[in-house]
Amino acid sequence: MPPRKKAAPRKKSTARKTTKKTAKKTARKAGAVSKERDKATNRAIELLADGVARDGLKGREPNVEIPLRTVTNMKWNKRKRILEMGDSTQTRSLFNVGQARKFMQTLLLAKGSRELIRAEKTLSLRGMYYMSLHTIEGTKEKTFNDQGESDTVLEDLEVSLGGLREELHVFAKKRGTMVGNITIEDNGDEIDCRRMGTGGYAIPSICEPSVIQFKKCDAKFVLHVEKDTVWSRFNEDRFWETHNCILTEGSGQPPRGVRRLLHRLNKELGLPIYCLLDCDPWGHYIYSVIKQGSINLAFESERMAIPDAKFMGIRAMDYDRCDLSPDVRIALNERDITRARQIADYPWFKDKRPWQREIKKLLANGFKMEVESLITKDISYVTEEYVPARLKAKDFLD
Amino acid sequence: MPVAAKKKSRKKATAESMAASQREISVSEFFAKNRHLLGFDNPRKAMLTTVKEAVDNALDACEEAGILPALKIQLLQLDETRFKITVQDNGPGIVRKQIENIFGKLLYGSKFHRMKMSRGQQGIGISAAGMYGLMTTGKPVKIISKTGPRKPSHEVVLKIDTSKNKAEVVSDTEHPEDDKFFPENRGTIVAIELEGKYQKGRQSVDEYLEQTAIANPHAAITYITPANETIEFPRAMDQLPEEAKEIKPHPKGIELGTLIQMLERTEARQLGGFLQKDFCRVGQQKARQLAEGAGMTARTWVKNVGHAEAEKLYKSIQDTRITSPPTDCLVPIGSKALLAGLLKEVKAEFFAAATRPPAVYRGNPFQMEVAIAYGGELKVEESARILRFANRVPLLYQQSACSSFKAVVETGWKNYSLQQPRGALPVGPIVIMIHMASVWVPFTSESKEAIADYDEIRKEMRLALQECGRKLGIYLRRRQRMKKESERRSIFERYIGEIATACNAITGVDAKKLYAALQKQAAKKTAEADQMLDDEGKIIDDGGRLAKDSDVIILEDLQTKAAEESGDEDLFGGATLKRRRKKAKKKTARTTKKAKR
Repeated sequence: MPPRKKAAPRKKSTARKTTKKTAKKTARKAGAVSKERDKATNRAIELLADGVARDGLKGREPNVEIPLRTVTNMKWNKRKRILEMGDSTQTRSLFNVGQARKFMQTLLLAKGSRELIRAEKTLSLRGMYYMSLHTIEGTKEKTFNDQGESDTVLEDLEVSLGGLREELHVFAKKRGTMVGNITIEDNGDEIDCRRMGTGGYAIPSICEPSVIQFKKCDAKFVLHVEKDTVWSRFNEDRFWETHNCILTEGSGQPPRGVRRLLHRLNKELGLPIYCLLDCDPWGHYIYSVIKQGSINLAFESERMAIPDAKFMGIRAMDYDRCDLSPDVRIALNERDITRARQIADYPWFKDKRPWQREIKKLLANGFKMEVESLITKDISYVTEEYVPARLKAKDFLD
Repeated sequence: MPVAAKKKSRKKATAESMAASQREISVSEFFAKNRHLLGFDNPRKAMLTTVKEAVDNALDACEEAGILPALKIQLLQLDETRFKITVQDNGPGIVRKQIENIFGKLLYGSKFHRMKMSRGQQGIGISAAGMYGLMTTGKPVKIISKTGPRKPSHEVVLKIDTSKNKAEVVSDTEHPEDDKFFPENRGTIVAIELEGKYQKGRQSVDEYLEQTAIANPHAAITYITPANETIEFPRAMDQLPEEAKEIKPHPKGIELGTLIQMLERTEARQLGGFLQKDFCRVGQQKARQLAEGAGMTARTWVKNVGHAEAEKLYKSIQDTRITSPPTDCLVPIGSKALLAGLLKEVKAEFFAAATRPPAVYRGNPFQMEVAIAYGGELKVEESARILRFANRVPLLYQQSACSSFKAVVETGWKNYSLQQPRGALPVGPIVIMIHMASVWVPFTSESKEAIADYDEIRKEMRLALQECGRKLGIYLRRRQRMKKESERRSIFERYIGEIATACNAITGVDAKKLYAALQKQAAKKTAEADQMLDDEGKIIDDGGRLAKDSDVIILEDLQTKAAEESGDEDLFGGATLKRRRKKAKKKTARTTKKAKR
C-alpha cells in the first residue's frame, strides 16, 4: 500500500497536536475534544479499509504497512533523551500464508473500533476481543484464538493508524494507585487524592487530558514505588502528608495509564519524579521505561517518557550503607546477569558513569534486593529514614 | 571318592563290542530324528513346510513345462491336531515309475546336480513331508498323477521305509482316461495326512500363499482353509517368466572337496579338457593358465592329479582372474511383475520397484530385486513389514538372521522422509519386498529360512533398497508439498469473506464484488504456487518425474482417501475447487494405469 498509508500517520500527528492545545483551553468540555479526535481516527480507519478494497477490486495485492516495533527499529534520540521509533515498516499481505490470518484480524479490529467510535463507547482489551470474536463462515476456525492474539494485532493497528489505543476507544485493565496532595477531575467527578483511605485512587487506563484534569496541587514532587505492598507502607505512614508529595505505584512494570499520568504531572505541573524500585535488572528496566520509553510503545515515547525522572533506590551499596542482614540477599541467576549486562549496554546508560558503577556493583555483589528488604531494619525504616535521607541529600541516580 | 567308585563299576567297551553296534545310518533315519533341520520343528511349522514343499515343486514343474500354473491347496481338518493337506497342480504330471523315487526317497531329484535357478534345490522337501506325515499319523502319502489327455491317471499310495531310504507301495490304482481329477487333463495331486496346528497370522500357511501370489503373479492359486473358506489369489500376468538356463559351475564358486570330486567324476581325460568342459568361463587359454599356475600343463592326465596337485590347482584358481559367470541364467521377477504382484495383494497408494543388474558372490551369479508399497490402508504406527523371497519362494522364519533384514536396517530411511529408530526397521505404512534370484541361494540352514550374509549380496540389496527409497522420498516430498499448497489455497479463501465484510462495514464497498475480485486473485496466486519448484529445483507438475517412471505406480484413489481421513473438509469456499481437482487427478491416474497395462 503505497503513499496513502504513510500519509495517514503524519496527518494524524498534526491533528493530535491541535487537539492537545484545545484540550488545555476547553478542558471542561471533554466531549467536544474527543469528537474531533474521533473524526481523525475514523478517517484513518476508512483510509485503511478503502485502500484494501481498492487494491482488491483493481486486482492488486492488498497490503497494510505496519511500522516495526522491534529493537532494530528503535532510535535513541540523544537530544530529546527518549526512545523513538524508526522508519522501518513491515508489509502485511493478504496473499502470504503466514500473514493472511493477521491481515484478516487487523481489518476485523479496525471495523470493531470504528463501530465503537460511532457508538461513542469504549471497551476493554478483553471486550474488544469478544466483540470481534466469531467463527469464520463455513469453517470451524475462530477469528481469534485468545485475547493475546487480538492484543498484539490491536497494537499493530495503533501504530499503523498512528492513533492511540484510547483513540480507538479501547482501554487496558487498570493497574496502579495514587494518593497525595492533589485534586483532580476524572470525567467530570472531582477527586481529592488526600482523602482516599487505605486503597488509594485507582489510576485509570486512559489518562488523557480529555478524561483527567489537574485541579489543585500542593505537592512538590512525586514518589513512584514499584509495588503496592511498599506503596501501602508509605500510605499508612502518611508519607505524602509529611513530605507534601504524590505517591504512585505501578504494580511492577507500570501500565500506559500510570506512565501517562506521571508524564503529565511532570510536564504540566513541573513536579520531579523519584522512583523507588528494587535493586535488580528488572527494577532498573522499569526505571528505564519510565525515563526513556519502552521498545513496544516507542511511538508513544513523546507522550510517556519522562527524561528527568530520577532513580532513588534502592542501590547496590545499600546493603553495606544500611547495614542490612545477609538474609535479604537473593542470588543473581544466569538470566539476571545477562539482563544486567544488556541494560548496562543501552545507549542511555552507556555514557552514564554512575549507572555503570551501579550495575557493576550489583554484579560484584552477586545478589539482588527488594525494596521490602529495608523492613528488616524497622517496619517504617523506609519511610522514616531511608527515603527522607535520600531526599535530603539529593542522592539520586539520573 | 565317588568318582573312583563310579570308575570301578564301569564296564569297559572293547573295539569288538563297539563294532557290534556300529552300522550304517540311512539318510531318512537321520532326518527322521533331526526333523527340525528340514523345518518340521513343531506342528504349526510342519504344516507350513509341507504346503511350501508341495507348492514349490508344483510351480517348478509347471514353469519347466511351460504351463501357466493353477494351483489348488486344501487344508482339511480331521481332528483337533490332524490335518489332510492336498495340493493339486496343472503341471506336466509324473511318469508312473518315477513316483516312488520322487515321493519316497530323500535326496532324489533333478535339481541338486545342476546349476540352475529353481525353487527347490536339494530334493529333500516333499519326501521329508511325507515321512513326517507317516511318522505322526501312520498314514501313507497319496499321489495321483496324469501326464496327458490320452493317458490314464495313476493313484499311488506310498509309505517310506526310513531304514532303507526307499518307498513301499501300499496300493496302486490305474484310473481310466476320462477321470475327473484333472480338468486340464494333466497334473499331480499330493495328499499328506499329518499332525499339525492351524493358526492365522504371521508365519501361517495363509501368509505363505499370499506372499507366493505376490512373487508369482503368473500363478492362479485357490486356497481352501480349514474353516472351509475359499480364498482366491487370481492371476495378474498371463506371461510365464522366461525359462532359466542351466550353467556349469564357476571355478571360483567351488571348494576344494568339490573340485576333487569333480576330478574323480569327469569324463575328460586331460586337465585342460576338464577345466574347459566342466566349468563355465574357462577357455583354452585360461585352462592352460590355470594348469600352469598349479605346476601342471593342460595335457596333464586327469587321473594323475592327486590330492596335492588338486590343492595347488585350487590355489591357482583363487589367484587367477576369471571372468564372472554368465548372468543370463538368472530370471528375475522383473519390475513389472513385482509391481503387479504387490498391487494385487497390498492396498497401498505408492509402489516402486527396482531390479539390480546381476552380480556374483563366490562364483555364483545372483540378482537382487526390491519393491516397496507405501501408504493407503497400511498401518502408520507399525514397523515396516519385510517380505523376503529367494527364487520366488517366500521366507517366513528367522527374519532377523537374514541378510535382507540387515540390509533394510542399515539403509538410511530417514533420507526418504521415513522415521527410523537407531538400528531398527523404518517405521511407517510401508511394505518392503526383497527378492534374490540365484542359481544357488546361500541359505543359513537346510530348512531354507534365511539368506546367508555375504558382503556382495548385502551390498546389492542395499543399492536396490536405496533406489526404491529415493523414489519414495520424491513421492513423499511431493505429497507434502501438495498438501501445503492446498492448505495455502484454503487459507486465503477462508479469510477473503471476512475481509470483504469488514471493508463493507467500514467504507460501504460492495462486499460481493470485492469478494469475487479477491477470490480471483487467490486462485491466480495458488495456481502460480502449483508451478513452484520442489526441493530439487524441478517444476512440480501433476505426476512429475514419477509419472514417467515405469517402475512406479501411484494410486490416487487411495491417496485422496488418506488425505480426507486426515480431515480438512471444512474449507470455506474451497470445497468445489478441491473436488474438481480431485476428479482431474483421478482421470489422469486411470489413463496412466491403462497405459501401463
